[in-house]
Amino acid sequence: MLHYDSIAGLVREAEQKGRRISELVLKDQAEVLETTELALYEKMETDFLVMTESVQTGLDKNQRSMSGLTGGEGYRMNRYAEKGGGLCGELLGRAIARALAAAGCNASMGRIVAAPTAGSCGILPGCLVSLREDRGFAERDIVMSMFTAGAFGMVIAGRASIAGAQGGCQAECGSAAAMAAAALVELMGGTPRQCADACAIAISNQMGLVCDPVAGLVEIPCIQRNVSGLVIAFSSADLALAGIGSQIPADECLDAMRQVGDAMSPSLRETARGGLAATPTGRRLQEQIFGTQPSDR
Amino acid sequence: MNIFDIIGPVMIGPSSSHTAGAVRLGRVVNKLIDRRELMRVEITLSGSFAQTYKGHGTDRALLAGIMGFHSYSPEIRNALDIAKERGIGYVFLFQDIQGAHPNTARIHYFLKDGGEGIMQGASVGGGNILVSQIDGMEVSFNGESSTILVMHRDKPGVIAAVTQLMHFEFAELNISSFHLTRQNKGGRAIMTIEVDGQPPEGLLPKIRSIPNVENAILIRRI
Repeated sequence: MLHYDSIAGLVREAEQKGRRISELVLKDQAEVLETTELALYEKMETDFLVMTESVQTGLDKNQRSMSGLTGGEGYRMNRYAEKGGGLCGELLGRAIARALAAAGCNASMGRIVAAPTAGSCGILPGCLVSLREDRGFAERDIVMSMFTAGAFGMVIAGRASIAGAQGGCQAECGSAAAMAAAALVELMGGTPRQCADACAIAISNQMGLVCDPVAGLVEIPCIQRNVSGLVIAFSSADLALAGIGSQIPADECLDAMRQVGDAMSPSLRETARGGLAATPTGRRLQEQIFGTQPSDR
Repeated sequence: MNIFDIIGPVMIGPSSSHTAGAVRLGRVVNKLIDRRELMRVEITLSGSFAQTYKGHGTDRALLAGIMGFHSYSPEIRNALDIAKERGIGYVFLFQDIQGAHPNTARIHYFLKDGGEGIMQGASVGGGNILVSQIDGMEVSFNGESSTILVMHRDKPGVIAAVTQLMHFEFAELNISSFHLTRQNKGGRAIMTIEVDGQPPEGLLPKIRSIPNVENAILIRRI
């Protein structure tokens, strides 16, 4: 049985057995959930298909959020990326568009896969759908990499947090980026150790990020933070694959993340009382949507 | 925790607490109504639910759950219209419920056959819920296990009859939690029984046939 209490433990297990982390996790979880590996794989495959659909839905020109605050970002970024790729190049530009699209789908009450949360639901699809559609990776490899992402997520949830209300945005978009980075490394043929490095780098890069949603809605800045999470996932994976590791081991990064989350003022943990939510414009937008009621009734 | 607690659930956005959790609270009411015909609901939103329900679709999510939809059903978006089509009246009220969790809803339902009931519960994060009151009586369950609610008269021997039935007729059934509350001595009472695994077919009708039991419903692991 696998233990999900340390990244180092997962790496050690995979190295000893000479297997990918995802293979060990699939086998282990099939045992834990008392089902077959095939059934578990198919469930994950369904999650990937829903992710792909959420990207498609969110790329629609007329996508609008429930509040009307946001909409159409995925469509605009996709148009821009297709016209020569912009600064980031076509792969990353279109991946950014997909992250915006999935997060926009969420904001317009579309169907998404929380990965690990609804607020950070654009990062894994942005990475994985892009490798499938723009780089021609086999669906089977993509789906398998999600077991690695999920295993890293379980360690993060146990050692730190995946809830904005507990650990700020580092716990949501930070965790999603770290999970995605590990999956990307595995897809690119990296070693388990490099997966851990990519996770450590992604977490280090988002350490301290606060959760400050304007009007308490999963829109500003959440949708665009899915983009920064995605870009960090890509860059962290590339650093690890280039052999540039993390001096601080992944598990220590997670312990630090937990401590930083605990030290955060409650106003910066999904209460919409600090950060961007508390700016004059943030407050104005809140009033524009909700008025002074019903909270004052 | 398992891998699908991290990659998943599949849900309608935008918020696991204010949308997916709200659907699940609504689904508890759906189970309480138990296929009887619903006429109208009065939904009281408290705390953060009252302040930000509009942008999160909390109102649609609660109604969708009451009508039996899931947290992944696309119908959530149009739940207000679907309720109108089905002739289900609804009204949303805003009131801070003293001492309640910030994301609390109280749902008062009225049935066509004249019956009615009240459920109060909270969405406590990540789509998880905690039901705290049914018909004014305190309960406490989260829907993570299969939960059997037995509405009955507070008379000696009813608990023994229910647990004996469970033990002798369904030997593999294991109770993980048991809680009893009552309105007053000899009055209405509720047993909240959480069990491991899936309760077998045929359990509920047998519980319902026990003297002084008014109804028994199963809220499957949501």
